[in-house]
Amino acid sequence: MHTTAGSAEPHTLLSIRGLQKEYVAGNAILKGIDIDIKEQGIIAIIGPSGTGKSTLLRCINRLIDPTKGHILLEQEDLSQARGKQLRMLRRKIGMVFQEYNLVERLTVIENVLTGRLGYMSAWNAWRRNFSQEDINTAFELLEAVGLAEHAKKRADSLSGGQRQRVGIARAVMQNPRVLLADEPTSSLDPKTAVEIMELLERFALEKNMPALVNIHDVNLARRYAKRMIGMSNGVVVYDGPPEGITDDHLKQIYGGESWLV
Amino acid sequence: MQTTINHHWQRFTLKQKLARYSVYLVLVVALVQSMQTVEVIPEFFFDAPEQMADMFGRMWPMEWSYYPLSVHDAIVETLNIATIGTLLTLIIAIPLALMNASNITHSAWGHWIARFFLVSSRSVNSLVWALLFVSIFGPGVIAGVLAIAFRSVGFVGKLLAEALEEVDMGAVEAIRATGASPTSILIKGYWPQVLPAFFSIILFRWDINVRESAVLGLVGAGGIGVVLNDSMNLFQWQRVSVALLAIFVVVILAEILVVNIRKKLI
Repeated sequence: MHTTAGSAEPHTLLSIRGLQKEYVAGNAILKGIDIDIKEQGIIAIIGPSGTGKSTLLRCINRLIDPTKGHILLEQEDLSQARGKQLRMLRRKIGMVFQEYNLVERLTVIENVLTGRLGYMSAWNAWRRNFSQEDINTAFELLEAVGLAEHAKKRADSLSGGQRQRVGIARAVMQNPRVLLADEPTSSLDPKTAVEIMELLERFALEKNMPALVNIHDVNLARRYAKRMIGMSNGVVVYDGPPEGITDDHLKQIYGGESWLV
Repeated sequence: MQTTINHHWQRFTLKQKLARYSVYLVLVVALVQSMQTVEVIPEFFFDAPEQMADMFGRMWPMEWSYYPLSVHDAIVETLNIATIGTLLTLIIAIPLALMNASNITHSAWGHWIARFFLVSSRSVNSLVWALLFVSIFGPGVIAGVLAIAFRSVGFVGKLLAEALEEVDMGAVEAIRATGASPTSILIKGYWPQVLPAFFSIILFRWDINVRESAVLGLVGAGGIGVVLNDSMNLFQWQRVSVALLAIFVVVILAEILVVNIRKKLI
């Protein structure tokens, strides 16, 4: 474990301190998580279902309110933020979802452009008054994820892998400092899953930001992650380079060993 | 030695059978009782076909010249009442729907307030609303418009709230995660998803309102109903038939229009 109990260093981008979450009082899902993140690239969070990986990511951008603890993004405390301050912080955090979560009836390009909603008034959102710069960026991003020719199709006409690319483009459209990806590959076939991981890695490196990725597939995680965080029963049981993960760690994280062949 | 085992099976137990037969008995008694209470006069009852033939006879030939004289304006007025009433409905029903949808408003108070208005709107018939507004604003179009609007709010508000509750919350969550304001979340998260249901509900209600506003004139709330009522009171059956035919044609046309628009939208 390389987490440090001391205060966050000034250049730490994201710092999670003593994070706890109870959906039902007395029944903690997250039991005091400490994570510091300053590096760019993919940081894989592995662990069995129900261990709180999704809850952890959703606490970071406050889609879920933590019960206790602090989350500092560039020294600003997300856990206490409300209203406008919270929305300003959310802009800095792009999120990619397992089920893509696109607005199905909108076109692909408009789904990408919704990544800018945090930067514009509701009136402009209603009028679809996106700035020329935003429109250019959106088309560049679609080009980058290989969907330029689908820009004007409705999102529900795309395949799963294509939708996830749109989801990633939407998240990057926010010009975020951190990417969160909650099981981005779990609904996809193995080949598409690899492509999605490659895309996430490329954006993370290009935009010089960390991408926290929840992932089931340990081998896929090992292949792309610069750092791996293993969670079990609401606590971090491993935090370090992918090479450092041993079968003993995996046994501790997932329990049992019959699946380790 | 061979023995057959006779299994005993019956659909209902004796107790259940008795219960069922007593229900039948109660139904028969109720039927007889109500026949006696309504006091059907046999002469009038068996007279009905003759009377009906007589009435249709008096309705014919239709007095076509009455259409441009009076029916046309009244029909247009009826359509206006239905349309303006439906538009007014929207202004009241949308906020109530937002307040009633549990995935938008989380306060129990909000739900109860919205539900109170929606239920009270629905529980009063539009004729009763019209009587109320005629006594407040006097006879005329305003009473009709308000009656239509107040009756429709409950219908539109409830269905719209249900459509909102069926929205895919994943997309809404994703838009919230971009840092969008609550209004922007409504505009880009909820609105595109409820849009087909929204227009479907509105058109459906407009269709109903065209029919309802045709009747409202009977209590003085404007429209074709006034013409119908006046002609009937004066026993001008040849005019009554023109008014009835006009209503029929307008209702059919409204139906065709709505079906076609809905096909295009969804």
